[in-house]
This record gives sequence, structure tokens and C-alpha cells, in this order.
Amino acid sequence: MRKSFLSENPSVLWFIAALGLFTLVITLLSEATGAGLISTSFVKTLGKTLCLCLIAIAMDVVWGYCGILSLGHFAFFGIGGYAIGMWLMYARTEGIVLESLSGQTIPPTPQEISDAIGNQIFGVVGSSEFPLIWAFADSLFLQLLMVVLVPGLLALVFGWLAFRSRVTGVYLSILTQAMTLALSLYLFQNDSGLRGNNGLSGLQNIPGFEGTPQSTIAIVFFLISATALGAGYVFFAWIVSGKMGSVIKGIRDNEARVRFLGYHVESYKLFVFTITAVISGIAGALYYPQAGIINPGEIAPIASIYLAVWVAIGGRGRLYGAVIGAAFVSLLSSWFTGGGAPDINLGFYIIQWTDWWLVLLGLSFVAVTLLFPKGIGGLFDYLVRKQP
Amino acid sequence: MRRIFYAIALCLGTVMAAQAQELQAILQTHADEIAKPSRKTVDVALEDLIASGLPRVPGFLEAWVGKSVWQRDDGQFFIGSADGDQIALRDVDTGAESVADKSAFKQLKPNGGVRRVIGTALVQFQLSDDNLERRTTAVASIARRPAADQLAPLLASIDGEPDPVLKTRKIQLANFLSARFADSPEERITAINSLAKDTSVEARSVLNQILQTRAGVATSEPDGNLARLLDPMQAPDAFYSQLVEAGFAPARTGPAVIRAALEANITEGRVGGVPLAQLSTDTARERAYAALAREGLAAPLVTTQTRDHALGEYLFYELYDEPNAEITAAAEAALASVEQRVAFAQAADLALDGLSLASIYFLAAIGLAITFGVMGVINMAHGEFIMMGAYTGYVVQTFIPDYTVSILVALPLAFAITFGAGVTMERLVIRHLYHRPLETLLATFGISIALQQLAKNIFGTQARPLTSPDWLDGAWVISDVIAISYIRIAIFVLALIFLALILFVLKRTRLGLEVRAVTQNPGMAASMGINPDRINMLTFGLGSGIAGIAGVAIGLYAKVTSEMGADYIVQSFMTVVVGGVGNVWGTLAGASMIGFLQKGIEWLNPSNTLAAQTYMILFIILFIQFRPKGIVALKGRAAAD
Repeated sequence: MRKSFLSENPSVLWFIAALGLFTLVITLLSEATGAGLISTSFVKTLGKTLCLCLIAIAMDVVWGYCGILSLGHFAFFGIGGYAIGMWLMYARTEGIVLESLSGQTIPPTPQEISDAIGNQIFGVVGSSEFPLIWAFADSLFLQLLMVVLVPGLLALVFGWLAFRSRVTGVYLSILTQAMTLALSLYLFQNDSGLRGNNGLSGLQNIPGFEGTPQSTIAIVFFLISATALGAGYVFFAWIVSGKMGSVIKGIRDNEARVRFLGYHVESYKLFVFTITAVISGIAGALYYPQAGIINPGEIAPIASIYLAVWVAIGGRGRLYGAVIGAAFVSLLSSWFTGGGAPDINLGFYIIQWTDWWLVLLGLSFVAVTLLFPKGIGGLFDYLVRKQP
Repeated sequence: MRRIFYAIALCLGTVMAAQAQELQAILQTHADEIAKPSRKTVDVALEDLIASGLPRVPGFLEAWVGKSVWQRDDGQFFIGSADGDQIALRDVDTGAESVADKSAFKQLKPNGGVRRVIGTALVQFQLSDDNLERRTTAVASIARRPAADQLAPLLASIDGEPDPVLKTRKIQLANFLSARFADSPEERITAINSLAKDTSVEARSVLNQILQTRAGVATSEPDGNLARLLDPMQAPDAFYSQLVEAGFAPARTGPAVIRAALEANITEGRVGGVPLAQLSTDTARERAYAALAREGLAAPLVTTQTRDHALGEYLFYELYDEPNAEITAAAEAALASVEQRVAFAQAADLALDGLSLASIYFLAAIGLAITFGVMGVINMAHGEFIMMGAYTGYVVQTFIPDYTVSILVALPLAFAITFGAGVTMERLVIRHLYHRPLETLLATFGISIALQQLAKNIFGTQARPLTSPDWLDGAWVISDVIAISYIRIAIFVLALIFLALILFVLKRTRLGLEVRAVTQNPGMAASMGINPDRINMLTFGLGSGIAGIAGVAIGLYAKVTSEMGADYIVQSFMTVVVGGVGNVWGTLAGASMIGFLQKGIEWLNPSNTLAAQTYMILFIILFIQFRPKGIVALKGRAAAD
């Protein structure tokens, strides 16, 4: 099985090699472990980009391979971020509170500690009580379990309902979009128990590593993200190859025919939908400690549409395409909006890229869908065909 | 009291020639009270003045309030106005005018409290004034500050009231006053019963005033008109603090109090014999505190049990301020009946709200119902067409200052602009993607963010106003509970017009026939001589143009921003999907369902519109599970995918 799987996907070895090389170079050039040529903030940007690549692969599997255009996968990404963020915030606040209470003459009671933590975390939304969903926030293990379980269960229930009643095509897209909209609207409320529009913040401070410099934390997260991306790539390459991969691609090309061949299409779709949601949650859990803050705006419907656009630009139906698309667009986007690109002076008007980048990006979506339906990944086909 | 006022009414009715100097004589008897009035003493003077029934009394009182009464050195009062060193005088009785040197006169300056008392007395005269405006002001001032002594003059003035509207108002107000202040309980109960059908805020506040209670605590049942006994266990802490305030129980020793006491009494690393290190639980702390209390170093410990025990020993009650039980019973019954009526009225108001929200959703979605519903094109830039329409309205208003004209210009112009934009987009982009619906979604999304950013670059990020004409300002007030603003009515009417227009175009015109033909079977339509390219272009333009007009309407009701389209796009898609694709009636059904549902959920949880939207979307997700084709599902050949 293993042999055939790799021979079917020669790109896996190439990808792992490229990713390994890239990771090695960045590590050697970073501030924490090497020459210090790359700033910590850029290492963080790269680490975040790797997480975005991971969710892009998941999106590619669900859309490019299985034909389900989900416009809600960023919701799972956000849930993963919230799940890990709860532990990060709780544990860090607990440390601070214990330290400040230790100066008092009388040792604090558990109730006093819990009240003080609650006050610290929920003061911004005018509350100090711990909501029920924070019940496991003191345990890293349980919260890590949440990273996997909550997106998985949500996707399972949602997918079961949707696929069972044969909601397909654009209807499913709109339905998934409604799901992520509902979730973000819910989280925007102050009494959602997750600090409303303030979101969770200070996530870059890892409890237990207060003394460790951010440069080291950044490179460690970068390495973990790279490992996760590599593992995710291999995992998804395995999923989409072999007999199961053929069925999945068959569903994309002609769902009815696959059903008539006797396959239980709904189960396959549900499996793909759920497993990609879980991976998205993991990607989110790695992303947000590097970003430092998560708020409900992150999971607005537009984020999920961007995700689909990355995959389309990179090239659907090929895993490396998704990685290229996500990395290319998100890095370019931060270059343009971060003021990296020089303004163009037309004499009568100065084009400032912070203002005009979105216009350019929007028009390039149109150009890619119209002129290069295979995306950037299509260029590889062209090159491979050229060289016999 | 009342007899006096009937007398006044009689006097005012029959203009009688007063004997000269009579008013001045009364004034002289009360010279001290009038020259240096205080709120307590002025009553005597006022009563005598009013009782005299002289026609010049109101004029004098008005002058007094207006600080234009002057007193001469010899004590005589005049109405006057200073002019430099001179003073123009008018005799209080004859009205004879004269001019004198100011130095011999002193101005009377009654303070605010006194002026209010005089004002109240004046109201009695103003109620029967010849001038309608003054009578209306007087009635309004009674309504603002109702008092017992206004009832009689008000009743007396009703019969002579010529203006029918004001007369109704006077009767209503007299009813309110009788309910609270009438002499006999029977009269009050009759008045209260008549309020049972009145849903106005005023009537409810009158009933609530009658039913005002004060809370109390005692060991046995109190005297007086008992409203209800309270169960202290429902909020034990609040009731206990009531006990503490009344001095019946020692203050509660909460965790903070215990902590402070412990901290103040640390001796050699121990408190009350308990080592400090052990004080990290509440029970240990209570034990230490109890030890302190035994030594007299702290107030006695009040635990939850002591609190509950203390609460059990006392009766907590509410007494009506009104001593007569029959009256409070009648008021309770009236209030219950009023509240039932108010609930019905609120339901009607809610239905109106739902209707107007539904028409907004319908307007936003109807263009989409054509492009998505009929043609099957997912146009994510539809929201931006709405935005373009709204900005068109804004730009037109900056050129044409008359709001009515500018709206009339903006509506067709918005249609033309978005029609053009839609046709351009169809020609350049969508035409190439008819067989790849999911990619249309991405391409139009690209156009959507490009247009949004363009609008931001041109118009800036802050919201632009789109002002409605004056005749759309205000609201149609049906009662104190039911009201709907004219803009919402206008949007509702506009939605109805669009529904009719689109049904007409699709069902009764050549274009509509061709559109339906191309939608069902493009190949067959083409072989019948219809040009599908042209029809697709026109249909898409029509859908986009309608979005532009909807934009103007929505802009009147909400703010115009570059992101307003994005706010409506997901809702609009859901409206179309819930209603049933490919059917204008379906969109109407979808918009109605979503609009009413959202208002209904908001009513259940009024403080939180975000939650209402969340639950509504969840409901829609579930709804689509059970009716994947929407409310109005197409049947037969038209339903073929």
C-alpha cells in the first residue's frame, strides 16, 4: 500500500523535501538559532502562512477533490483557535493572579482565585462568572481534545444533516456560509462566554515559558507548523490516492453515477467534510498562538471565501497547488497592505497600495477564473509537458 | 371646593361689571402675603382672589408670575413695566394707564416655588380662556403635573369647550384625575373601570400610580391595604439586607468581611488559634472568625443558616399607598385588562415590524431572485449593486438640494447605472462561466471586493447620509403602542410595486416569455429564433438594475457605507434559497418568513438582535434540511436541474 501510494503521488516526496529545506534555511537564518538575518515577526508571518497552507490543503481536498465548495471551513479554523486560546488565556491569567495574591497575609481560597481570574478575563464584557464552556479551560489536554472534537462534531452534525437531504452545489455553499455567519454573529455577543468582539488576546505568551524570548517561541511554533503541514500533506495525499481517492474524485465528477455504482456517497462526503474540518481546527490551534489574538471577525464569511480563492488561484485538485496559492496570496497580501510595495506616482494621482491592493486582488480573481482555470499549479503541467 | 369653581365658571361666563377698587381691596387685605410671598402663605391670598370671582384676577395673576406687578410706597399694587427711570402703570381694576417715576415703586419678584403655585391657580382660568392655544397649553400642563385641585376646574371647563378635539382630551384627562383624586370611592372606581380600555401610556401610568406600594417588614401582619406577602427565600440576600436596614438583624458577614476581620487580628502567625497557612478554605476561615467573634473581636458570624432562620421569623409585605382596598382591586383588574390589550397591540406592532423587515429583505433579494433564481448565476457582487444604487442616491442629492426631486431622479438613474454595470459584467465575465456555477461565485466575489474597495477609495470609510424627503419623516401613530414610520411604509409600497412589476414582466411580456424559455431550455429556445445571449444579458441587467433601486430604498432607511452590500448578501441568498429558487412568489415567501421570524425571535429576547440573527440562521439551516427546494418548490419540467 505504501509503495503504491508514494508512486501514485511523486509530488509528496518533492513537497516534503522542499518543505524540509525551507524550514532548515529559515531556522538557520532566524534570530533565535542562527544568523539573525530574519526578524522574529517575519518568522511568525511564515509560521502563520504554513498554518494557512494546511487549511488550504484541507479546503482543496473537500472542494478540489470531492467537489463540495464549503464556504465555512474557516469557522472550524476559528474554533480550533478559540479552543487553544481558552487554555492559553486561562493558564496565563491564573499565573498572574496567583502571583498577585501570594503577597497577601492570608492564603487565598479556591473561590477567590477563580473569582479573580474570572474578573481579569471577563471584566471587559462586564461579567466575572465563568461560563459553562470554560469548564475544561484549566486543562491543556482537554482543550487540545476540544481542538479536534468540537470542529469534528460540528462538521459531523452539519454534514450529516446537509448530505442526508442531498443539499448539493451552490445550495451547500450558501448553507455553509450561513453556518459560519451564525457562528461569528453568536461570538460577537458579549454574553457568548468568549468575550464578545474583544475576542481572546495575549495568546502569544505561552504559560510556563514566560522567561523564554519570543524569538525562540516563534521558531518553535514555526517548526511545529511545518511539521503539521508536512504530516497533513502526507495524510491528505494518502486519503486522495488509492480506491477511496478514486471514489472521492468520482463524486466530484459525477455524484449520481458513483451512487448508482453502489457506493454510499453520503458517507464518503461526510468523512471528507469531517476530517478536513478536524485538520482545519488543528491549523487554527497552531495559527492563533502565533497571531496573538482571535476575535469573531476572523471567522466572518469572507474569510472562508478567501480560502476558496487561494485554492482556486493555486490550482484546484492538486495539493501543492493549494499550498502555493495560500502562501502566494497571503504573503503578497501582507506585503502590499503592510506598506512593503512602493506607491506609484501617476502625476495626477498617487496609487497607494494599501488602498488599491484589494481592487487588484479582486480583479486578479476574475482573471484567474477566466483565463487560468487551473491556477498557478497549471504552470507545472505546462513545464512537465515541455520536458520529455 | 367644587362649588367655588362652579361659581367661578358662572362669573366668567357672565361678564359682570366689577365694582371699582374691589380687587385692589382684596390685594390690600393680603398685602404682606403678596408683597413677600412664600409657598406656604401665598395660598391664603390666592384662595381669596379666586373666590372673589373678579374677571381681572387672571390678568393680575399672569402679571404677577411674569414679574410685572409693582407696589407703590403707599402699599397700592399696579401692573407696570419699567422704561428707564419711568414706569408705565396700569390700574389693577380699571385698567387705566398712567406714567410715573420709578423710584416710588418696588417690583414684586416671586420665587420659582411661588410662581408654580400661582401657575397652578392660573390653569383654572386658562382652561376657559377664549384662545384655543392657551386652553391647550393649560390642559397639557395639567397632564404634565396632575394634582387633586385641578380636577374640579377641569370638570367645570368641559361643558363650555367648543373645540371637539380638546374636549375629548379634557374628558380623558378628567377621567385620569378622577381615578386618582375624586372625592368618593364610587366615582374613582367608575373612572378606573373606564380606563380598562385605554392602552395609552398615560392611562397605564395613572393605574400604576394608584397601585403604588411600599415594602415593609414586621413580625405580624401589618394594618393597611395589603398588596401582597413576599417569599423571602426567592432572593434571601436582598431580603436579609432589608432586615439589617430595619435594624432587626446583625449585618451579614460575607467572605470579604471575614477576610478583613481575619487580617486585622493576626497574632503570631495565627488568627483565632488557626495557623495562617490553613486559611485557604472558607470553612477554616469561618472557624477562625467564629473564634474571633467569641472573643468579642468581631461582629457575630452570620452564616447561611442564621440568615435563613432570621428570614423565617419575619413577614415581608408590600402595602398599597391607597388605603381603600376596593379601589386597588378595581385598579388591579383594570391594569390586567389594559395589559392584555397592550399585549395584543404589541403583537400587531410586531407584525408591522416584521412586515417592514420582510419588505426590506424582499427588495434586497428580488434582484437576486432573477439572476440567481431564474438564471442560476451566483452573483456575489449583487450586494455591491445595492451599494452602487445607494451611492447614486447620495451623489444625486449633493447636486439636487430638493430631496423629493432628487429621489425621483435617483431611482431611474440608479436603475440605469446598475443595469449598465450588470450588463457589462455579464458580457465580460459571467458569459464565459455559465457552465461553471461555482467559479462564477469566485469571479463575482472578486468583482465584489474590488467594487467595495473602489467605493471606499472614492467615498471614504465613513457613512454617507441619504436624506429622505420631509413628507417621509415621522411615523403613522395608530396608538401609543402601534406606530410605523412612513419610510417603512414607503419601502413596503415599493416592494409591492416591484413584485407586481416583475410578475408582469415575466408573465405578460414578450421578454418574460423569452426569459422563461431560455431558462428552461436554451437550445430549444435558440432554435425557435430567440437569441439566448441577448436574453441572458437583459435578464442579468434587469436583476442588477432592481438591486440599484433597492439600494436607494435601503439607503433611505439605513446608512450608506461601502460595506452595506456585504451586510445584505448572505441574507439575500438565504431569502432566495428558503423561498424556493426560480420563483418570484418563493422569494416573497422567503422574505416574509425570514422577516417575521427575525422580529419574532427579537421579541422573545429584545436586548439582543445578534442572538436573534444567529438563531434565525440556525433555523434556516434546519429548515433547508427538511425542504431542500424551499417553501415554493417548482414541480414538473421547470424543476429540472
